[in-house]
Amino acid sequence: MKYKNRILIDRVAQHTFKLTGYLVLALLGGIFGMLLYNAISFFLEVKPLDFLTGREWNPTAATPTYGILPLIVSTTIVAFGAMVIAIPLGIGTAAYISEYASPKVKNILKPLIEMLAAIPSVVIGFLGIVLVGPKIAELTDLPNGLNALNGSLLLAIMALPTIITISEDAIHAIPKTYREGSYALGANKWETLIKITIPAAAPGIIAAVMLGLGRAIGETMTVLMATGNAALFPQDFFDSVKTITATIAIEMGEVPYQTTHYFALFAIAIVLFFMTLIANLVGEYFINRFRKYHAA
Amino acid sequence: MRLNFKKITPVIEWGSLLLSTGLVCFFLVVILYEIFSKGWSSLSWSFISELPTDGMTKGGVLSPIIGTVILTLITALFSIPFGVCCAIYLNEYAKNTWLTRTIRASIRNLSGVPSIIYGLFGLALFVQGLHLGTSLLSAGLTLGLLSLPYIITTTEEALLRIPASMREAALAVGATKFESIKDVVLPASLPGILTGVVLTLSRAAGETAPILFTGVAFYITDVSVNTSQEFMALPYHLYMLSTQHQSIEEVRPLAYGTALVLIMVVFLMNLTAFYIRYKYRKNDQ
Repeated sequence: MKYKNRILIDRVAQHTFKLTGYLVLALLGGIFGMLLYNAISFFLEVKPLDFLTGREWNPTAATPTYGILPLIVSTTIVAFGAMVIAIPLGIGTAAYISEYASPKVKNILKPLIEMLAAIPSVVIGFLGIVLVGPKIAELTDLPNGLNALNGSLLLAIMALPTIITISEDAIHAIPKTYREGSYALGANKWETLIKITIPAAAPGIIAAVMLGLGRAIGETMTVLMATGNAALFPQDFFDSVKTITATIAIEMGEVPYQTTHYFALFAIAIVLFFMTLIANLVGEYFINRFRKYHAA
Repeated sequence: MRLNFKKITPVIEWGSLLLSTGLVCFFLVVILYEIFSKGWSSLSWSFISELPTDGMTKGGVLSPIIGTVILTLITALFSIPFGVCCAIYLNEYAKNTWLTRTIRASIRNLSGVPSIIYGLFGLALFVQGLHLGTSLLSAGLTLGLLSLPYIITTTEEALLRIPASMREAALAVGATKFESIKDVVLPASLPGILTGVVLTLSRAAGETAPILFTGVAFYITDVSVNTSQEFMALPYHLYMLSTQHQSIEEVRPLAYGTALVLIMVVFLMNLTAFYIRYKYRKNDQ
């Protein structure tokens, strides 16, 4: 090939690669712009304050109400419950894998956790219907077990692999000298873990929890299938709840194009977008802090 | 008494960690046991090779399987070239400027965007904006966008592992930068890239939320594969059989069977990825 052509191809390739990089930036901008554009159409018709403080979501009533509060509370309850279950289990497992497990056990546990992460959300949701739901109903004498507790348990299972993997990396990254220093002062293995290793790894563990939380907030199919989707203001974990993601999934298929209800779904989506964005940004902040102190 | 207490505390402490690990494993075992034990009886050659019949109360899951396979292919065709090019740009060309840092930050944030929002975006962009309608193509492209950040991240990790000396050697014998990437860097990082791609696609194949409004259908009678038509997919088929079907109890065995097929498809893809990674590491040493 002629030298000139080779240089030409090189230039073209360079610009193609560059373009794809910029397109990714445009993708995030596009997603946000699309949500914003449609949400603004909604806020031209419904006051933002009514939207944010309204205690009722009933867009199909004779006089439609678009209060996001019950949806936010539902999402929060389910995600909070999931974290209550997943945080201790996740950190405990991460500490076990990193500090106690032999290399052999480690080599078994790690693929198992990757397997758990690989199970599609719709399968987990299915188990919520056929396994967890009936068990909850049996234990609590409720007519069915499709409620916030069911969703929390399933979301905990889905958030666990994220929390375990990132926490384990964080605990593993703590230099050996920290532990040796602690042992030298007479601390035993457990005291070292609780008072030295975990506090030192805390930013990484917080990051793990925030990323797991982001995943739990944004999960759709599992909560759609397992939480019952009653559009009431939830009171406790045994109430059926309808999260933001489930609301979008159920109602987007039914609304006519470009009605107030259609735009309303984009408005709640932008709230969801910010909730997950904040969780992820906080997570990233802590990851960066952790990297700063424990750069390899 | 005191001495006794001292003896058992380490056991309790260690036990609490072991217990949490055990619980996590227990979850996995319960999930797999439930699906395998109850799905196994529905599984047969005819279940995989037959179309759903009689309002989906009988027959198999051939059309959802075909739908999922074609869908994943479209996802791959779109996201692999795009993602790999972007990773090449970031790792081989981009300097550490604010723009590059912004691109990296947006990739990290894209991977945190909930899948249902990708569904909304696909609806607005492909279905309505580009007039592709609710179709296999729209859904595939939407899943492609969802897969992008993962493909970029894993590809970049693979590229990072290639030592600078290999690039320099190529340049020293007169290759252009593009030639050094095409002929040296990419072939060397191929196993790493493939591992990431297969793992990402296995995740895409199990996704339901992004295809809900972009083209998946309840029930389609024929299996003519047409990218401008609606389609059936395994994850949605499971969702539909377990929540939307008019006789849910009657089709429960079919739902278990579908769940089992879906889980096996995803696990097989994961195994493929692990195999590539394993072989690659072996060759590396």
